[in-house]
Amino acid sequence: MVDIDLNMVNWARAQFALTAMYHWIFVPLTLGLSFLCAFFESIYVRTGNKEWRSITKFWMMLFGINFAIGVATGIILEFQFGTNWSNYSWIVGDIFGAPLAIEGIFAFFLEATFFAVMFFGWNRVSKGFHLFSTWMVAIGSNLSAVWILVANGWMQNPVGMIFNPETARFEMNSFSEVVFNPVAISKFVHTSSSGFLLASLFVLSISCWYMIRGRHIQMAKKSIVVASVFGLLSASYVAFTGDESAYVVAQKQPMKLAAIEGLYKGQTKAPIVAAGILNPDKKPGDNQDPFLVKIKIPYLLSLLANRSLNSFVPGIDDLVYGNDEHKIESIASKIAKGKTAINDLAMFKQARKTNNSQEATLSLANFRKNQEFMGYGYLNKPEEAVPPVAIPYYAFHIMVALGTLFPIIFAVFLFYAFKDSLTQKKWLLTIGLISGFLGYIASQAGWVVAEVGRQPWAINGLLPVKMATTNLAPANVQTTFFMFLGLFTLLLLAEITIMLKQISIGPERGEIK
Amino acid sequence: MISNLDYATLQQLWWLICSIVGALFLFLTFVQGGQTLLWQVAKTDLEKSLVLTSLGRKWKMPFTTLVLFGGALFAAFPKFYATSFGGAYWVWMLILFSFIIQAVSYEYRKKPNNLLGSIVYELFLFINGSVGILLIGAALGTFYTGSNFTLDLYNRVTWDYSLLGINLRGLEAAFSLFNLSLGIFLVFNARILGALYLLNSIDFSSTPELESRLRKAPWNNFLIALPFLLYVLICILFMQGFNVDDAGVVSQVSSKYLSNLLAMPYLLVMLLSGIILVLYGVLSSYFKKSNKGIWFSGLGTILVGLVVLCLPAFNNTAFYPSKLDLQSSLTIFNASSSMFTLTTMTYVALGIPIVLAYVVYVWKLMDSKKLTAKEVIEEESY
Ligand code: HDD
Ligand code: HEM
Ligand code: HEM
Repeated sequence: MVDIDLNMVNWARAQFALTAMYHWIFVPLTLGLSFLCAFFESIYVRTGNKEWRSITKFWMMLFGINFAIGVATGIILEFQFGTNWSNYSWIVGDIFGAPLAIEGIFAFFLEATFFAVMFFGWNRVSKGFHLFSTWMVAIGSNLSAVWILVANGWMQNPVGMIFNPETARFEMNSFSEVVFNPVAISKFVHTSSSGFLLASLFVLSISCWYMIRGRHIQMAKKSIVVASVFGLLSASYVAFTGDESAYVVAQKQPMKLAAIEGLYKGQTKAPIVAAGILNPDKKPGDNQDPFLVKIKIPYLLSLLANRSLNSFVPGIDDLVYGNDEHKIESIASKIAKGKTAINDLAMFKQARKTNNSQEATLSLANFRKNQEFMGYGYLNKPEEAVPPVAIPYYAFHIMVALGTLFPIIFAVFLFYAFKDSLTQKKWLLTIGLISGFLGYIASQAGWVVAEVGRQPWAINGLLPVKMATTNLAPANVQTTFFMFLGLFTLLLLAEITIMLKQISIGPERGEIK
Repeated sequence: MISNLDYATLQQLWWLICSIVGALFLFLTFVQGGQTLLWQVAKTDLEKSLVLTSLGRKWKMPFTTLVLFGGALFAAFPKFYATSFGGAYWVWMLILFSFIIQAVSYEYRKKPNNLLGSIVYELFLFINGSVGILLIGAALGTFYTGSNFTLDLYNRVTWDYSLLGINLRGLEAAFSLFNLSLGIFLVFNARILGALYLLNSIDFSSTPELESRLRKAPWNNFLIALPFLLYVLICILFMQGFNVDDAGVVSQVSSKYLSNLLAMPYLLVMLLSGIILVLYGVLSSYFKKSNKGIWFSGLGTILVGLVVLCLPAFNNTAFYPSKLDLQSSLTIFNASSSMFTLTTMTYVALGIPIVLAYVVYVWKLMDSKKLTAKEVIEEESY
């Protein structure tokens, strides 16, 4: 087909990772803090207590600072599909563009409209309408998560479409399958609740800082109670949906699951690795132990992956080289079929061009036999189908470890809050302060698991990343990469200094101690 | 009913929907126009705060409309999205940069410890309103003047326009007099709208100088915009256009857009009434001291915008023509997504009136009282 500039592919990946990870610094806080603001304001409207109003306004101001940069980093992601991944955009635009457009129509306008009321409407609209607007911002931002995750879920598990050989692209044939894709659902519930969790940790962390400094104690206490209740609920839900995500991954992307567990040789009654250090020299197919050290918990991986203690979980070697006993086809065989499919498609196109309808029918029929393997035809060797193992493995284990820790932290905070002895527990306040940062680490780690674990595919099993790019000299992408790196870093620093200053100023003077 | 629409109707409908979104965006660029007026009309901190708070309540609107414009094009005309964004790389990248810096500027400008200083954030707003809109105009201009790309059998885009050995990837759009004039016209039109909007939304009782400066702005900017508008219109009437025949073959035809106007006389009516409305808005605020000019000029801009977007696409015309290889040119029919997607998206689009309704409702609610100096000083402001 066409020559591919791998240098361009790698710069485009770096740019996507950079911009997406910056976006994701701000997005989860928006998702969660919008709801927390709505809770605080609801309490204010119910009790009529001015103190809650100041609390609401304080967190809302931090929300605004974060929201602005969330929006700034978002617009580039939307257009980057066109600029850097134009082949991808053309091949799947029918399916992938729809959720992005729906997100724009329904979610972003909700946010944009009611955001102005939330910030400037305190004396312009009624109390009730103001509260309504705050809820609308929260719902709007979470609606946007639905649609973008439908889009992302489709890349992980493409459903609801057929390949049209005439145009050589995918076309949607079931909108409901795209929307109710199990991967999209597990992504939405896990991602949005992880945003609630992160925002609760954020509120907890800043409140702990005030308590340590002995300032705004009343506000800090009230905020801690609300954040801990919300945090405990969402942290438990995050763990539950995370388990569900892993199950879906095992069913739909077994290679990703094998990578995040460092599992090379498939097993029945497979144990899970609770912690361990990978052997950096390990290659698929060799006989080295994948781990230098590890702690295992028996049966758990089989349970997690298949909901059955005795089930077989395939490892990287089984998936790459095939496993007859468990009816797993080798990648080499899939590559061969894929190459045949690509060939048949080219013959079909040629026949169409020369108006040879008999030849066209024949090559189309041949193509149909192997079409599902077409993506594999672009791979050069079987090992190319394996994602990097170390990055998703460590990211996954960090995320899960932190995910186990967070519910405990919130529970302890609630316990001491009800005993009203938080102020004396300096050690706990210090843990609370640090946990805000840990939330960001877990959240970023989550996307690293999801995205790096998807490699080498842009669309799982159908389109390798290297085929998805724009025909563009790498220097262009390199230049914009550094422009984004510079600009986003500058804006991030500005955001942090503004945020810190506003935190040290604290809530409106006079109204709260 | 929607499921009965045939493919060609859906394709045209979706071009119309995208055009409406684009035209609404052009109206909403009053925010960008207002940003470029800042230093000129607001001399004191209070005046600046009034202008920016008034604009700041609306800044998300053009931004989100631009995002929607991109999303709608992606879903409905993916080949255009892929070809134009991937091909004319640098125009779009620079436009995006100008919107990225806008998004943070309102929120950060007045906050203590904002790292860059308020002047830099004001400069960001200025760049967004000038360079950003100029380049959007230049990109729109390529619908008429064409671009330098070819598509291969698999629709991968190759872009070929070099200056001193460097492939400009779309930046050359800004070197055409026509594109540039369209861009400059849009910048000054945005300034007209910006001034009219501010006249409508601020209570000037404690800042009379701000009002008198704003009163002059629409007329002055109109005088600058006029020659560019005329140049663009005259070019459109006489320039060669890109015709598509029944077999889908693209060829260059003289006075194509003039014949499109004659074939679709309602576009001609919309164009003329649009220009008259813009003018009426300007004149009424200058001579009659009216504060309602924004509604006339705004509606006028929407009508003109619709014509600019529909004229090069309907009546068998290629809307994204290639100068290098005529047959690579994109038309509504060869660039759209599948019938299934368009049908689904049409059901989705039934929600747009609801969105419009609550946007208008909230807008009215928030703007029922004029913005006063007292409010800016005592409450949340930018
Ligand atoms: C799970 C949530 C989530 C995820 C995975 C993403 N975003 Fe996002 N995005 C949001 C949740 C969100 C948000 C919470 O709704 C934001 C953050 C701040 C804001 O204003 O809205 C937002 C803003 C935002 C904006 C600015 C919109 C506006 O308000 O006008 C755009 C264009 C995008 N995003 C596009 C994307 C794209 C193309 C993504 C993927 C590649 C993406 N986002 C990932
Ligand atoms: C906002 C949170 C996200 C983060 C932090 C994130 C992270 C990443 C990372 C780290 C990569 C690089 C992987 C590699 O090349 O090794 C990547 C690539 C990519 N991601 Fe995401 N991602 C996010 C959301 C999304 C979403 C929601 C989508 C789709 C709608 C998406 C689509 C892609 C695409 C198209 C690429 C480039 C191709 C590739 O390298 O796979 N990402 N992302
Ligand atoms: C008990 C703990 C957890 C488990 C078992 C778990 C499991 C998972 C799994 C398997 C994935 C990959 C899904 C995919 O690739 O499609 C994932 C992704 C992710 N995780 Fe977790 N997780 C846990 C805790 C957390 C925590 C504490 C956070 C953040 C605060 C978090 C945030 C994310 C994010 C943002 C993603 C990417 C979106 C997605 O793919 O759904 N997770 N998680």
